[in-house]
Amino acid sequence: MAGVAVSTTINGDSVEYLCQPDETLLDVLRDRLGLTGVKEGCGTGDCGACSIILDDRLVCSCLVLGAEAEGRRVETVEGMAHGDSLHPLQQKFLEHAALQCGICTPGFLIAAKDLLAKNPDPTEEEIRFGLAGNLCRCTGYDKIVRAVQDAANVMKGA
Amino acid sequence: MNFDPRYSTRNFASVGTRPIRPDGVDKVTGRARYGADFNMAGQLVGRVLRSPHAHATIRKIDTSKAEKLPGVKAVITAADLPDLTDGDAAMYDILDNCMARTKALYDGHAVAAVAAVDVRTARQALKLIEVDYELLPHVTDVDEAMKHSAPLINDAIFTEGLEEKPVKPSNVTKRSQFGHGDVHQGFGHADFIVERSFKTEQTHQGYIEPHACVASVSSDGTADLWVCTQGHFVYRQHCAQLLGMEASKLRVTSSEIGGGFGGKTHVWAEPVALALSRKAGRPVKLVMTRDEVFRASGPTSATSIDVKIGARKDGTITAAEATLRYSCGPYPGSWAEIGAMTAFACYRLENVKTVGYEVLVNRPKTAAYRAPSAPMAAFAVESAVDELAKEIGMDPVDFRIKNAAQEGTRSSYGPVYGPIGIGPTLEAVKNHPHMKAPLGKNQGRGMACGFWFNFGGQTCTDLNIGMDGSVSLAVGTVDVGGSRASLSLVAAEELGIAYEQVKAIVADTSSLGYNDMTDGSRGTFSSSMATISAARNAIKILRERAAQMWDIAVDDVVWEQGHAVAKGEKHGNLGKLSLKEIAAASGTTGGPIAGHSELVADGAGVSFATHICDIEVDPETGATRVLRYTVVQDAGKAVHPTYVEGQYQGGAAQGIGWALNEEYIYGKDGRLQNPGFLDYRIPVCSDLPMIDTQILEIPNPNHPYGVRGVGETSIVPPLAAIANAVSNAAGVRMAHIPMSPPRILAAIEAERAG
Ligand code: FES
Ligand code: FES
Repeated sequence: MAGVAVSTTINGDSVEYLCQPDETLLDVLRDRLGLTGVKEGCGTGDCGACSIILDDRLVCSCLVLGAEAEGRRVETVEGMAHGDSLHPLQQKFLEHAALQCGICTPGFLIAAKDLLAKNPDPTEEEIRFGLAGNLCRCTGYDKIVRAVQDAANVMKGA
Repeated sequence: MNFDPRYSTRNFASVGTRPIRPDGVDKVTGRARYGADFNMAGQLVGRVLRSPHAHATIRKIDTSKAEKLPGVKAVITAADLPDLTDGDAAMYDILDNCMARTKALYDGHAVAAVAAVDVRTARQALKLIEVDYELLPHVTDVDEAMKHSAPLINDAIFTEGLEEKPVKPSNVTKRSQFGHGDVHQGFGHADFIVERSFKTEQTHQGYIEPHACVASVSSDGTADLWVCTQGHFVYRQHCAQLLGMEASKLRVTSSEIGGGFGGKTHVWAEPVALALSRKAGRPVKLVMTRDEVFRASGPTSATSIDVKIGARKDGTITAAEATLRYSCGPYPGSWAEIGAMTAFACYRLENVKTVGYEVLVNRPKTAAYRAPSAPMAAFAVESAVDELAKEIGMDPVDFRIKNAAQEGTRSSYGPVYGPIGIGPTLEAVKNHPHMKAPLGKNQGRGMACGFWFNFGGQTCTDLNIGMDGSVSLAVGTVDVGGSRASLSLVAAEELGIAYEQVKAIVADTSSLGYNDMTDGSRGTFSSSMATISAARNAIKILRERAAQMWDIAVDDVVWEQGHAVAKGEKHGNLGKLSLKEIAAASGTTGGPIAGHSELVADGAGVSFATHICDIEVDPETGATRVLRYTVVQDAGKAVHPTYVEGQYQGGAAQGIGWALNEEYIYGKDGRLQNPGFLDYRIPVCSDLPMIDTQILEIPNPNHPYGVRGVGETSIVPPLAAIANAVSNAAGVRMAHIPMSPPRILAAIEAERAG
């Protein structure tokens, strides 16, 4: 199959790649571009480990084709920190131990970032429903919710 | 080595604090490398062909078309994994499970595999493999499989553990029995007896990271394996044995692991990846899809359990009995045996008897899942205990306190307990504000207890002190949930230095001696013991070096808060030497300073928990909502309390999923109907409330700091706690897990119909 040439923006950098027409954006990010912070837990849109922000929309990158990124903006966990200073969500996830194994963490961070961008002052219930598309099997979500609450407070103050 | 593991009281400086874990930043920035995040130059993609049938003889496999497809570099079947197990039946089963030899034994059983240049080619190649199956009758239900009329899964298996040797083969591979006293007599003294049968469905550990590995076999016979596993040393041994390699020629590196919960303790894909790489002469990456994870990797047992408990009017239990049947998948296991051991472990019983039956079914090989076998037994027993308390008219907590095991109690599975936490967790629950909080309409509160043994086992640890005084700690137990932080705290504690001065890593199999699997809640328990031992060995050398630097007798040097101190008046002017100063001089005082430890960590203290749960049941739909949840558990000593809480909360959440929703659903054709997270629904954030925790610390006498394993016990009580809550909310006793809305509704309707 002939490859599709794509130019897109990933974490602020312009990127060009060739991909197969049936290749998912998740596979492109992980296998072609080395952005393995984006995780695959299911490949069917059920776990949220592959969450990215595509033009201000939270999506499962396993449900998007690589070719669809043409001309758009992609944001992954790799783009959250600035230099050596972590994003408040990253910092709060560490402080609250909101990760055990950490495989779900990149997806949660991206989903939480999207949530707070749209709702800077969410209630606990809004956080719980806002993050309901992301599965975590280790933490029982308690510390994740607290980390997001704490990060929201910090970000409001900033 | 004369290491004394006994507990002694001390004031902790580092242990018990909550620093940020050393692997944390990599995990929040996406830099940490998990199983599927590693790649090698020239790597091929491996894929596995799986049986769509629950039970079938494999008459013939024709791989010729697949082999001819351009881009395919290797195709393997069982013929490429010859039997080298030399009469070791358990290893033979592992081999057969990795690649079916003569029969496919469950939907999802591997029958062939390919390595190709890319995933598309590999998938195409799988379609070109022709397997000629002869279908056989199958059985997936544990009770059905026990019937004489059931199709036999393995006609060479005769039930072990029976008084008379059976003459006919059976799907029941083993009977085991535990207990003491005379239950018959005990029931004779009872004023009240509760007797009930329970069922639990099969669940999966549900780790978010699918199994993944990269295998690279060189033509000189050496090999490398990168893999997400709970025990790389065990994987090395199994893979080496199955492939006919020397263990030392196979280096296994454990990646970051995206959850295991017991499910990453068995090889599945790894020997296949190595065989593919050997045949293709190139590295092979093999990652399971989620569908494969569900169909082919480790679910827990489905069970069927009968419980009978009798008590006097005053609330004293006079006898307790249980018969437990656990499915093992198509290979023998000891799952019912473990269930039978744990069933009544919380109680002080004069007369107790448990009998376990291991049952073969056409489902994937059962693997450990967090306190394996205990949650189902606890569900049955703790439900019956609650019912009995109600019949007697006693408060369920008081009834349990009255019968709780204590120090000196002979446990139902044999050993006599040392200091234990069941009584204290019950007292804490009795006094917990949660117990007094008001409940609304259709809401009910339940509580239940749980027990887990905890494992110790073989452990090897290296502690190296750098010239700059920083400390590298190399452990061989995989970090499944923050143990590098805990072990760094322990090293800092023992050496008397700052946590930040220690860096812990998980070493590969060529860099460290053998370590058992990280299972049985042993990671922090045993590796902290080995770390303490290694640190004490290093301190001995540090003292010697200080003595040398001062030119005094080593017996005059003691180690205090990170410093060598010269004791005695004659050395009054010598002051102190810090670890850093001694390390800086090491080049001229005898070379590098290190402490090593190789030990078998014995005496993992048993652990107990009691949970409280409030549930609301919608009587119209049978739907449930978890309103409030509290975990009280004994940790012995919480090394890093935040991660201990995390273990409590995570176990509770998994238990909630199991209790209310998760189950393997098989069709009549023996195929799994729900091999995905959409239809096998684990709890999401909006399903749960905050999970309150209370850590009790009843020191384990067999660990220098009093540490007990904490990882597993928290999944034991939830099934029963929730069942008791549902029963109190809806007025019906739920005897079948999961308590999905249709099951609850059916129970309510049956109750209404009288
Ligand atoms: S991998 Fe995309 S949702 Fe699970
Ligand atoms: S931390 Fe392991 S899945 Fe969330």
